[in-house]
Amino acid sequence: MRPGIRAAAALAAAGLMGCAAAAGLTGCTAPARDAGKTLTVFAAASLQAPFTALAEEFEAAHPGTTVTLSFAGSSDLATQISQGAPADVFASADTKNMAKVGEAGLVEGSPRDFATNVLTIAVPPENPASIATFADLAKPGVRTVICAEQVPCGAATKTLEKETGTTLMPVSEESSVTDVLGKVVSGEADAGLVYVTDAKAAGSKVQAIPFPESARAVNTYPITAVRNGKNKELAADFIEAVTGPDGQRIFRGAGFGTP
Amino acid sequence: MKRRRDTTYTGIPRWVAAIAAVGALFVLLPLAAMLGRVNWPQFIPLITSESSLTALGLSLRTAAASTVLCVLFGVPLALVLARGDFPGKRLLRSFVLLPLVLPPVVGGIALLYAFGRQGLLGQGLEVAGLRIAFTTTAVILAQTFVALPFLVVSLEGALRSAGSRYEAVAATLGARPTTVLRRVTLPLVLPGLASGAVLSFARSLGEFGATLTFAGSLPGVTRTLPLEIYLQRETDADAAVALSLLLVVVAVVVVGLSYRGPAPAGSGGRSARVGTPGRVPA
Amino acid sequence: MTFTLDAALAARRFDVSLSLAPGETVAVLGPNGAGKSTLLSVISGLLRPDTGRAEVNGRVLFELGPGVHTWTAPHRRGTALLAQDPLLFPHLSALENVAFGPRSAGMPKREARESARHWLAEVDAADLADRRPGELSGGQAQRVAAARALAVDPEVLLLDEPLSALDIHAAPLLRRLLKRVLAGRRAIIVTHDVLDAYMLADRVIVMEEGRITEDGPTREVLRRPRSRFAAGLAGLNLVPGTVTSAGIRTAEGLEFAGQHDAPLVAGQAGVAAFPPSAVSVFLGEAHGSPRNSFRVTVTDLEPHGDQIRIRAGDLSADVTPAASADLGLAPGLEVYFVVKAAAVSIYPS
Repeated sequence: MRPGIRAAAALAAAGLMGCAAAAGLTGCTAPARDAGKTLTVFAAASLQAPFTALAEEFEAAHPGTTVTLSFAGSSDLATQISQGAPADVFASADTKNMAKVGEAGLVEGSPRDFATNVLTIAVPPENPASIATFADLAKPGVRTVICAEQVPCGAATKTLEKETGTTLMPVSEESSVTDVLGKVVSGEADAGLVYVTDAKAAGSKVQAIPFPESARAVNTYPITAVRNGKNKELAADFIEAVTGPDGQRIFRGAGFGTP
Repeated sequence: MKRRRDTTYTGIPRWVAAIAAVGALFVLLPLAAMLGRVNWPQFIPLITSESSLTALGLSLRTAAASTVLCVLFGVPLALVLARGDFPGKRLLRSFVLLPLVLPPVVGGIALLYAFGRQGLLGQGLEVAGLRIAFTTTAVILAQTFVALPFLVVSLEGALRSAGSRYEAVAATLGARPTTVLRRVTLPLVLPGLASGAVLSFARSLGEFGATLTFAGSLPGVTRTLPLEIYLQRETDADAAVALSLLLVVVAVVVVGLSYRGPAPAGSGGRSARVGTPGRVPA
Repeated sequence: MTFTLDAALAARRFDVSLSLAPGETVAVLGPNGAGKSTLLSVISGLLRPDTGRAEVNGRVLFELGPGVHTWTAPHRRGTALLAQDPLLFPHLSALENVAFGPRSAGMPKREARESARHWLAEVDAADLADRRPGELSGGQAQRVAAARALAVDPEVLLLDEPLSALDIHAAPLLRRLLKRVLAGRRAIIVTHDVLDAYMLADRVIVMEEGRITEDGPTREVLRRPRSRFAAGLAGLNLVPGTVTSAGIRTAEGLEFAGQHDAPLVAGQAGVAAFPPSAVSVFLGEAHGSPRNSFRVTVTDLEPHGDQIRIRAGDLSADVTPAASADLGLAPGLEVYFVVKAAAVSIYPS
C-alpha cells in the first residue's frame, strides 16, 4: 500500500473543495487547523518504507491532512524540484543533491540531517561464494555487482575502495540499488554492495553481511522544507516528526543510523 | 489548388494532412526541445569522452552482431511464416512478435530465467564453462530478442507481396529448394530484408530495458549507449543530452540511409513489382 | 515412351485421365474454372492430388493411393512451365534467366550461358541477352520466358495461356514462334483461343467442371464439336438431341434437318452443328421449303467483324448491320432463326 497513490487521487478534490470533501456528509463542523490540507513530500527511494509508516502516523496526528509521498532517486527529485515541481518537503539520500536544490535557492532555512546509512554486503541466501569480509569481494571469480559511481551508493562504494585500498572488479556497475539487489536476488551475482536498509527491506531474499569498513563511508540524509512550498507550517511539523523521537524510532527499525 | 506543385492526384483530404502534421510535430517537437538543451560549446568534448566513445563503440558492435543474429534466425522464421503451412502457425507468429509489445524489462527477466546463471539453459552453460550473464553476449542476446520481430515482420511482408509464383517457376525449371531460396527468393526480397535488418539494427541500438535487467552495466562490456545515457543523467545532464543527440543522429543516419519503407503492397499484374533490387545500399 | 496422368482432387472437383505420345502437343480448352490450371499444377508438382498416378517415359511423377505414396518434387519432374505472366526473375538479365534452368541442373556456368544464347537465338531474342526483364516489352519478355522453359529440355512442356497477356501485335509473332519450337515436342497448352489450338496442337481436350468432356484431333473437335464449349470456340451453333431419319430431334421437340457423312442410327445421341453465318433472321415464320425454322428471343447484339452477331440463348446468327437495322432487332424481340438443311451437319456425340 502506497498512501501516495491514494493521496494523489484525493489531492485535487481535497484541495478544491476543502472540508466539504474531506468531511463528507457529516458536514463541516469546527475544522482542525490543518483540515483538508495536503502535504507533498519528495523523498529518496530508500526512504520508502519508513516514510510511508511515518506519513500514516502523521496523518493520524493531523486529522484531515493528506500526505502525498513521491519516491525516486535523489537526483531525479532534485531535478524535479529545481524545475518547479510542487514539493513541500524534500528528503535526500545524500548531501550532494540537497546542495543542488540549495543552489537553486529552494531550500527553506538550512537542511537538517535526520538519518545515516552505510553499505553492507548482500549475498544470495545460500551465499554460494562464501563471502565473509569486504576483502572477499575482490577475490578472483567472485561476481560482485556494485552501484555506478554516478549514483550515491556507488560514490560510497568508491570511497570505501579508496579508504581500504581495495580494488573491486565488479561484473556490473548498476545505476540503482534496486538493480544491484535484483542481480543478487536472481542469483546472477555472488554479492552486491547495497545500503543496510535496502538489504533489510529485501527480507529473506538476500543475506546481509555487515563489515566494519562500512563505517568509513557513511551516507547522511538531509531533509528540508522547500522554499516555494504551499504548506510551510505543515512542512515544519512533518520535519519535526521525522527528526523527533517517533521518527527516529522508525528509522532505526528500518536499519538507518542516527546522525 | 493553384499552388499545388505536382499534378498527380493524391486523394489526401486536407484535414488528414493537418492531423498528419500534428502527428509529425508530436515526434519532432521533443527532439527539437532536446536540441535546444544541448550544451553546444561542450558538445564535442562530451561525446568524445572516453566513456562515451566506449559506450558508442560497444553499442555499434553489439547492434551489428545482433543484426547478424536477427538475419540468421529471422530469415528462416519469416520464410516458414510466409510460405509454410502447418498447424500452430498463427500461434508461432504471435510468439515471435511478442517482444514487439512486451516491455523490454519483461524480456530481460525472461532472458534471465533462460540464460541466467540459475536459468533453464544457463545452468547447463555454466557447467560447460560458458558464462552469459554480465557479458557482451548477454547484451547481444537481449538486443536480438527485442529486434528479431522487426526483421521477421518486415521480411514476411516482403515475401507475401512478392508471392511464390517466381519460386514455383524456378522449381519447374529444375532448381532445388535451396537453389530457389538462394537465387530467386532472397534476391527478390532483398529490399525487404535490408529494411528489416536496418530496423533491427536501430532497435538493437536503442535497446535498454532488457539489457539493464539481463546483462548488467559495465563500461566496455555491457554498458551500451542508452545505459550510459541513463547513468549520466544522474550526475551530468549535459552529457546525457549530448549522448542522446548522438544516439538520435546515429539512428537517423542508419535508418535514413538505408530504410526505404515497406515494399509496394500487392504486386498483381504481369510485371509483379517487388521493389527494385540493387537500389538498396549494401 | 509416353506421358500418362490419372489424378483426382476432390477439393477442386478435379478428375482427369490423360496420356500424351512423344512429340505430341495437346491444347486444353475449357471455360474459366474448368480445372485447366489445376491440371498443369498437378503435372508440375505444385499441387498434390488426393489420388492418382502419373509417369513420363517410365519414370513415376507421383503415385498416390491407399498404401502408396510416391511423390517426385517439382524440380525433379522435367516439366517446365510457361505461364501467361512471363515471370522472368527481375534481378537477372535475360541471358541469366535462360541459363537458370541449365545452371540448376548442374551445368557449368560457361556451358549454361552458351546454351542460353542458343535458346535466345531460337526465339529471336539473341539481342535481348543483356537486358533486364524490366527493360523488355511484354512480347519480348514472353519470348525470353519461352527460351527459359525450352532451355531445360523438358519432358513435358506446360504452357498456361502463354499468349493471353500479349497485345494483338505481339501475339501472332509469338504464336508462330511457338509453332516452330513446339514441333516434335511433348507439350500441354492451356488456351482460350481456338487459333492456338488450330496452330499449335495436334490434339484438343475440352475440360468442363474438372473433367475432360471432349478429346480428339484438333480439326475433328473444332469441325464437329460435341460440347457446347467447343462449338462456341469453333464459332458454331450446336444443338444436341436424338438422331432421326432426317436429322436431330431436340429434347424440346424441335426437328433439325441436316447432312451427315457417315451412316447414323436413329435413336442414338447426336448433335446438329451449323455456323451463325448460315442463319437467317425473320420477323415472321417462313413457309414452304425444307428449312429449319424456330422461334427465339433475342438476348444480345454484338459486333462480329463487319457483321452483327444476334444471340438468342445458346444460338447465334450473323446478319449485316443494315439488315439488323431494317428488322429493328433489339434484345427481347421475338424472331425466327432459319437455317438451310444443307448448312447443318449432323453427327453422333
